[in-house]
Amino acid sequence: MKPAFLTRLGARRQSHLLILWILVIVWPLITPNAYWVSMGSAFFINLLLIASLNLLVGLTGLTSLAHAAFWGLGAYTSGMLAVHAGVTPWLGTLGAMGISALFSIVIGWPTLRLSGHYLAMATLGFNAIFSVLLTGLVSWTGGPNGLIGIPAYTLGGLDVSSPTAIFVAYWLVTGLILLSLSFLGNSRAGRALRVIHSSDTAAACMGIPVLRYKLGVFVLANTIAALAGALYAHQNQFVSPDVFSFSTSILLLVMVAIGGFGRYWGPFFGALIFTALPELTRSLHDSELLIFGIAMIVVVGFMPAGIAGGLANLKSRLSLRRPSA
Amino acid sequence: MDSNTLQIIFSGLGTGSIYALIAVGFNVIFKSTGALNFVQGEWVMMGGILAAFCFNDINMPVWQACLIAGVAVALIGGLTERFLVRPLVNQTPFALTLVTVGIALLSKSLVMLSLGKNPVGYPGLSTTTSTHILGASVATQTLWILGITLTLMALTHVFFSYTRWGCAMRAAAANPRAAALVGIRHSRVVFSAFVLAAAMGGLAGTIITPLTLMSYDAGAMLGFKGFSAAMLGGLGSLFGAMAGGLILGLLESLVSGFVTSQFKDALAFLVLLLVLVLRPQGLLGKPEVVKL
Repeated sequence: MKPAFLTRLGARRQSHLLILWILVIVWPLITPNAYWVSMGSAFFINLLLIASLNLLVGLTGLTSLAHAAFWGLGAYTSGMLAVHAGVTPWLGTLGAMGISALFSIVIGWPTLRLSGHYLAMATLGFNAIFSVLLTGLVSWTGGPNGLIGIPAYTLGGLDVSSPTAIFVAYWLVTGLILLSLSFLGNSRAGRALRVIHSSDTAAACMGIPVLRYKLGVFVLANTIAALAGALYAHQNQFVSPDVFSFSTSILLLVMVAIGGFGRYWGPFFGALIFTALPELTRSLHDSELLIFGIAMIVVVGFMPAGIAGGLANLKSRLSLRRPSA
Repeated sequence: MDSNTLQIIFSGLGTGSIYALIAVGFNVIFKSTGALNFVQGEWVMMGGILAAFCFNDINMPVWQACLIAGVAVALIGGLTERFLVRPLVNQTPFALTLVTVGIALLSKSLVMLSLGKNPVGYPGLSTTTSTHILGASVATQTLWILGITLTLMALTHVFFSYTRWGCAMRAAAANPRAAALVGIRHSRVVFSAFVLAAAMGGLAGTIITPLTLMSYDAGAMLGFKGFSAAMLGGLGSLFGAMAGGLILGLLESLVSGFVTSQFKDALAFLVLLLVLVLRPQGLLGKPEVVKL
C-alpha cells in the first residue's frame, strides 16, 4: 500500500512535467532558424542521458562511468545496422536497445557486486576498451573518421528528417520516458532502489533482492542511453568515436552532480547547461572545461544537493517565512 | 633471448616504472582519504609540460628543468589540498572523488589555456640517445627511468617504514580517530599525501616526456593506467604498486611487440576488469572489498 503523501507528491510532479512539456513544444515556433530547433533535439538527447545516469548514480548510488559507452553502443549499433545491413532505423533503434541491455547484463553481472569505487573504475575500464574498439575496428565502425551515411527516420511515406519533425518526435519520446521515470521514482521498485542507496545490508534485511534490483536499474538506464544514442545517430546521420570517450562519461556525471544527485528535476538543469554552455562559450575559446571543472568543485563541495536541491531549499525557506510575515 | 625481445622488455619496464610511480601516488591518497584521485594523471601531464616549458622557453638544462617541474607540481598538489580539498563541507570519500574530477578538468583546461594545445618534448637526461646492452639497443632515457623509479621507491619505503612522519601517516591511514587521539593531525596527513603523490606524478611526467612527448590531454589515460596498475598489485600496497606497474608495462609492450599494437590502450583496462572480477584485492593486497 502506497502512503497517501507519496501519491500526492507523484501527481504534483507529473502535472508539473505535463505543463513544462506543453510549454517546451512552442520552441520551434519562437526560435529564429533550424539550427536552434535542432539544438532543442540535442537537449532532449542530453536530457535522456543525464536523467538515466541520475537514475543509476543519484537514485541507486551506482557510480557508472560507462554511460557514454552505452550511448555510443546505441548510436553505432543502429547506425551500423542501417549502413551495413540496410535495416530500417526503427528496427535498428530496437536492436540498439536490445544489444545495450545484453551488454549491461554481461558487464553488470560481475561488476555490480563490487562496491562504490570499484564499480566506477570497472565501468570506466569498459568505456576505455569500447573507445579503442570503435577506432580499431575500421571496417565496421569507420574507425577514427566515424561512420557516415546513416539514414534518417522515415514514417511510412512521410519524411521525418526536417528539424521540426525530429524535434516533435524526440519531444514525444523524451516526455514519455520522463513520465515513466516519475512513476518509477515513487513506486515500490523506486523506494527499494533508494534503500539500496542508503545501505545494501539494510536493503537485503528488508527482503529486497539487491543484486537483481541493481542489475535491473543498470539495464534500464543503459537501455535509455542506447535509445538516446540511436536518436543521436539518426538525427546527425554521422557518428564519430571521440564523442563516446570516457571524458564524456565523466562530463555526464558532472552534469548529474550539478543538477543534483537523485533529484527528479536535476537532470533538466544539467541537460540545459550541457547543451547551452558550449554555445555560450564559443566566443571564449575552449573555456567550457574550465567552467565545468569549477562548477563541479563548487557544487559538490559547497552545494551538495545541486541546483535542483538548492532551489528546493530556497522554496521551502521562503514558504516557512511567509506565515510569520 | 634475441636482442629484439630484450629491447621490448626494456621499453616495457620503462613505461611500467611510470605506471608504478603513478600507482604509488594513487595509493598514498587513497590510503589517507579513501578517495580515488582523478588528478593524479593530470599531475603527470603537468610535470612533463612544465619541464618542457622550462627547457624550451627559459633555456634551463634538462635535469634542472625536470627538478623544478617536479617541485612545482608538488607545490601545486599541496595548494590543491589546502585551498580546494580542505575547505569542503562534505568530506566523504565519494564527494572527494567527485571534487578531484572537477580539479582534474580545471587543471587540464588551465594548462591548455596557458601553455597551448601542441604536444611538447625535450631531449633525455643524457646526451647519448641509446646504449647497447647484450646486443640490444636501449634508449638511455629508459635506464634513467628505471634508476630514478627504483630510487624513488626505495626512498618512499624508507619514508613510510622508518621516519616519524611516515609512521604517523600510516597510523592515520589505519585508523584516523585513534591517530588523532595520539596527536596526529589528520589535515596534515592529507596535506603530506597530496604533496607526495603530486611529486611522484610530476617526476614521472618529467622523465617519460622525452620518450613519448606530452600534451594537455594525455593525463587521463596515464592516470587510469596507473590506477589499473595499483588495482593489479592491490590498492594501498607499495610493493603491489611497483609489481603491478611493471607487469602492466611489460604486458603492454610484449603484446604490442609480438601480437598487435592496434588495441594496446585497451589491454590495461582489460586487465583492470579481469582483476576487479576475479581478484578485487589485487595480487598482493588483502581482501577488503565488500561483495554481495
